[in-house]
Amino acid sequence: MNSGPIITTRDLRKVYRIGKVEVPALRGVDLQVQPGEFITIVGPSGSGKSTLFHIIGGLTPPTAGEVIVAGQNLAATSDAGRTRLRKGAVGFVFQKFNLLPNLTARDNIIVARHIAGMDGAPDTKFEEVLRLLGIAHRLDHKPNELSGGEQQRVAIARAIVKNPAILLADEPTGNLDTENSQAVLELLRGLNQQLGQTILMITHNPEAAQYGHHTIHMRDGRIIERT
Amino acid sequence: MRTLLSILLIGVPVTLILSLVGLTHGLLQDSEQRTRGIGADVIVRGTNAGATFNFTGATLSEGFVAFLQKQPHVKLAMGVINHPIELPLVVTGIDMAKFNAMSGGFTYLAGGPFQQPDDVIVDRYYAAQRHLHVGDHVTIMYKPWRVAGIVEGGKLSHIFVSLPVLQDHDSATGKLSQIYLQLDNPANTSAVIADLKKTLGPEYPIWSMADLTSMLSIDKIQGLSQFILVIMGIGVVIGFAVVCLSMYMAVLQRTREIGILKSLGASKGFILRIILMEALLLGVGGTVLGILLSFGACWLIGAIVPASIPMVIVPYWWPIAGIVTLVGTGLGALYPGLTAARQDPIEALAYE
Repeated sequence: MNSGPIITTRDLRKVYRIGKVEVPALRGVDLQVQPGEFITIVGPSGSGKSTLFHIIGGLTPPTAGEVIVAGQNLAATSDAGRTRLRKGAVGFVFQKFNLLPNLTARDNIIVARHIAGMDGAPDTKFEEVLRLLGIAHRLDHKPNELSGGEQQRVAIARAIVKNPAILLADEPTGNLDTENSQAVLELLRGLNQQLGQTILMITHNPEAAQYGHHTIHMRDGRIIERT
Repeated sequence: MRTLLSILLIGVPVTLILSLVGLTHGLLQDSEQRTRGIGADVIVRGTNAGATFNFTGATLSEGFVAFLQKQPHVKLAMGVINHPIELPLVVTGIDMAKFNAMSGGFTYLAGGPFQQPDDVIVDRYYAAQRHLHVGDHVTIMYKPWRVAGIVEGGKLSHIFVSLPVLQDHDSATGKLSQIYLQLDNPANTSAVIADLKKTLGPEYPIWSMADLTSMLSIDKIQGLSQFILVIMGIGVVIGFAVVCLSMYMAVLQRTREIGILKSLGASKGFILRIILMEALLLGVGGTVLGILLSFGACWLIGAIVPASIPMVIVPYWWPIAGIVTLVGTGLGALYPGLTAARQDPIEALAYE
């Protein structure tokens, strides 16, 4: 197993240009995440949490600084390189679930495996994940036939079915009631503890933040505290 | 709904292409069949006649028939006069006795031969087109005619009147449009034509019937191939425009889904491929629908104007029309596909 950090950022900066106005979203973020860690990120809106996620997940390039994810320096990687990162090393879970509406839960998961180049029969880990998530009996339903909690479990299954090095969860309980929120958080904790899944989770909920090994506090595009 | 509408709009130009090809093939096949049905081996036309079709006036003297009848190997010479009406329909004046001798005679479905000067014989296609029955009166060439007989088609013309009657009507007494020769042996055709050209001079168009029927092909009719190419080009443009618009709408509607696929690691090539695949499926659906609609068009035309426009189904054009359509749809999907492939995943995921 790689003993070094799975995520490293040094003086990471991101500036968005809106018309002629430059808006700095990240103003020099230094972060290290070890394999198997469960990190939560909290901070007010506009603090740069999502931007940090998008850069670590390879959805957008940084403006300056260094970001190394699963051994790849994303500051020096092309769009195709970032696509490869999303394909294999990173799995996303979104607040709005983002399942493909016309496909069943099973097909949503199969599409993710197909894109990742895993077209063979599901492995034992896949079966274990489905058991862990408790959605095996709901796989033939379309998203609009599933509750919010079920949809988010399918989204988690879709994210981890390709065995990503890192699971990025952006407000995964933001659209769920308390009961389902707790269930999803327990699932993420279970994945971390039982499968050793590295997880970074954005949350506004202080209770949800408690599920991580560490919590990073962000404000105005900087990390102001790590607890 | 968008998909069904796209398939319909793609199918229409396919139907247009197949109908056009069916019409041209039908017209030529009909002409060829009627030409073969005469039973002649050689045709002699007036000096100002065209090659494939002869819609010119009667310029040959009737005396030619007797002259040609005396030529070696000529078994029977028959002169006819043509009067074009609503093109491609032509009224043909015939000498019934000679026509029967040369062609084997009409197969009457109703009625019989001419009984009086204003009698007309029509084939079943023209009878169906004009809803005619034996004994009906019909206006042709601004003159009333009585339908004496309805015959099976495929011999010389769709509409027949007596030769002297049509000569008189056209103020062309003693004149003919063309003369058909039946030889003692078809093997003598080349020799007879050579002798006639020598005797009459090069200004008289003289062909074997085999050569004449071989001229009845799309390649031999000047401009027809180009016309079909233009229609095919229009088909490509319509297919291109329909698919471009349809797929662009689809890409806009599915912006969020495209963002989801990108977040899962789908490459630009993957996104482009699925857009092109959908467009090609639309193209295949449109081609199948277009082929089915061409059967409908064929039935409709056959029910309305079977004699004027004898449309046929030409199956070997189905793959050609299909390829033309797929080229149009493929090109049409390229811009929306590239637009989708280039979408920023973060913006796409935020799309409501």
